[in-house]
Amino acid sequence: MDFLNGITLISNYILIPGLTYGSQLALGALGITIVYSVLRFSNFAHGEFMSFGAMTSILLCWLFLSLEINLNPLPTAIIVLPFAIIITIFYCILVDKIIFKFYRRQNSKSVINLIVSIGVMFFTGGLIRFIIGPGDKNFFDGERFILKAKTFKNYTGLSEGLALKTTQGITIVLSIILVVLLFWFLNKTKTGKSMRAYSDNKELALLSGINPEKVVLITWIITGTLACVAGTLYGLDKSYKPFTYLHLVLPIFSAAIVGGVGNPVGAIIGGFVIAFSELIVTFAYKKIFFYFLPNYLVPDGLLQILSTDYKIAISFIILVLVLLIRPTGIYKGKII
Amino acid sequence: MKNRSRTQILYFLMAIILFAVGIFQSWNVALTIFNLCLISSIMTLGINVQWGNAGIVNFGVMGFAALGGLANIIISMPPTSNAWETGGNFIIIGLMIFVLSIIFSVFMFKRVNLNKRIKYLISFLIIFVGYVIMRLIVDSPIEQIESIEPAKTGYLGGFNLPVIISWPLGGLLAAFAAFIIGKISLGLRSDYLAIATLGISEIIIYILKNEDWLSRGVKNVNGLPRPVPYEIELQSREWVLETANILKIPLPEVSSILVKLSYSVLFLLVLLVILYLLQIAVKSPWGRMMRAIRDNEVSANAMGKDIKKRHLQVFIIGSAIVGIAGAMLTTLDGQFTPVSYQPLRYTFLIWIMVIVGGSGNNFGSIIGAFLIWFFWIQSEPLGLWLLSFITSYISDTNLVKSHLLENAAHIRLMFMGMILLVTLRFAPKGLIPEVKR
Repeated sequence: MDFLNGITLISNYILIPGLTYGSQLALGALGITIVYSVLRFSNFAHGEFMSFGAMTSILLCWLFLSLEINLNPLPTAIIVLPFAIIITIFYCILVDKIIFKFYRRQNSKSVINLIVSIGVMFFTGGLIRFIIGPGDKNFFDGERFILKAKTFKNYTGLSEGLALKTTQGITIVLSIILVVLLFWFLNKTKTGKSMRAYSDNKELALLSGINPEKVVLITWIITGTLACVAGTLYGLDKSYKPFTYLHLVLPIFSAAIVGGVGNPVGAIIGGFVIAFSELIVTFAYKKIFFYFLPNYLVPDGLLQILSTDYKIAISFIILVLVLLIRPTGIYKGKII
Repeated sequence: MKNRSRTQILYFLMAIILFAVGIFQSWNVALTIFNLCLISSIMTLGINVQWGNAGIVNFGVMGFAALGGLANIIISMPPTSNAWETGGNFIIIGLMIFVLSIIFSVFMFKRVNLNKRIKYLISFLIIFVGYVIMRLIVDSPIEQIESIEPAKTGYLGGFNLPVIISWPLGGLLAAFAAFIIGKISLGLRSDYLAIATLGISEIIIYILKNEDWLSRGVKNVNGLPRPVPYEIELQSREWVLETANILKIPLPEVSSILVKLSYSVLFLLVLLVILYLLQIAVKSPWGRMMRAIRDNEVSANAMGKDIKKRHLQVFIIGSAIVGIAGAMLTTLDGQFTPVSYQPLRYTFLIWIMVIVGGSGNNFGSIIGAFLIWFFWIQSEPLGLWLLSFITSYISDTNLVKSHLLENAAHIRLMFMGMILLVTLRFAPKGLIPEVKR
């Protein structure tokens, strides 16, 4: 019984939150990785693109709710997501046409593109705060839990509860669907293959008649989709605040680099590595020992490796460690 | 010569703008802006020497500035009574053990001849053991120190020395941090370097936010001593009273203007010294070498220049300058608030200043700092004014109008983004381009 209790405890506090946060990071990191491998720069504006996606979702949610369209018990955000994705893609392409295209034509260095993306970040951030305000917005509606801790306890008779929030379930399911679609697109379709060829060797791809503008367009379509879904899911799970997305950029970059920039599989693995290590390092192990060790061996104190305040800092620490030990990341980068 | 006349015109313009603020708004506001302009321009000089002269992307401005702020606490605050007795020494010993374990593991990693994976595992274990020992030693003293009058102190305090010493010390602290960061990350490509420095600066801020025994964390350290007299003190002086009488300005205003002016003089002195040294450095063979490395690493390497060492050197110098500016900023504020360190305000805004002013040109960086800071401060009222102008034909009760006016303050982020993008597009070399030598 103690053993089962321990397992439940771990699933409730590490496994499920880790899977959720990991999927959100993975989706974000995928966006950054794909922009990097095709357009060859680190896109600092990606966090704001995610925020933009979340914002459009919120605005559409309000519109749909005022029209009394909803999807009870699922949140309304699910119905509006396709529309929000289209708007975000449109914004990404617009930004590319007005801003990034010029530097691509000039063959600017990647650092210049990076600084340009900071300009885009400022502008988008300002635009978002201007439209929706800097405050907290909660746009979750419908049933809160798929599985309540109490129900679980009654059902199994364990003393530890296991809860699964609707947002967590949606996040995990949607991420799996998106990732499967993305890999199918990249590996099986002709357009996906041409994109991979372009990122692998630009000159050769141009010689074999691949239209570069089309590749770039598709890149932004994928990026916009990923950004919008990741941003909306994050906002749905933790309530939307424009300010948090700026801070989300760094864990996402860490995830992309840890996995190996330019490699989609790496981005996903990196997202989960970051998410789980954040939870594992800041978890208070006292209760686990309570279940797994005989009573007289259980130490007092919370047994945290680092206090919870350092949660986000952990992603940077991992980033630094990876840069030190294996700068190419877990998977060697630059292959879609 | 074109450059020189452009510099003169821009500086003259900036002076006129500041004077206009003084005349039309108030001299107090003008001097506040001027002081922050001076500090920002020192920061931009630090970044410019790295980016403009050596091509290093340092996104860690925020962290170095915060370390400068920390120097203020260490130097100028009075030591908390009993804090050292209850366990200050234990904390130092604990930290030393941790640092030693890191040094030892690095040493082991370099010297021992084993399989790489085993070496990683062993060094990880050594550091982990060092960390656990540190926690065992440090945890209870920290708790005790943090419980000494937590509302007022609850931290180790400082050395009660004149606050002005904290400026060079801030530079030293930042230089030390830059040495470690540079060792870790300077070998990386520029994008990675940007992200790594940004990440490390966030780590520094997190430490300052959460280690209450060091910096009181989010409780802030208030009432830092000043290098200049207090307003109240000035108000009782004879000559201040007389000036107020002659100029027919209320006494409190005169005293606060005097305080700000004395800050300006101090800051201006520091700025001029740093500018002078940097100008010499840039013109010297050292500066030429840095530019050679920036423009073509491979050929500079072929000429026998040690690129890694030079990069580390310039990284340390630039970061130290940022640290000095950070210390000055905290002195000016009179308080240390770790929460206020945001990458948008510290790192990215400073970068916009450098790019807009002209990377590679010290005078350009300074004018960039002045213009952008001025705009950053004034774009809030400007945005409000613009929006009220645009929406003036809409009735006041309209929801859209009130929403727009409410969020007008955020227009300045858009302005900044647009300024940066427009500069990069139409004048990528900035307002005052680098001098061709």
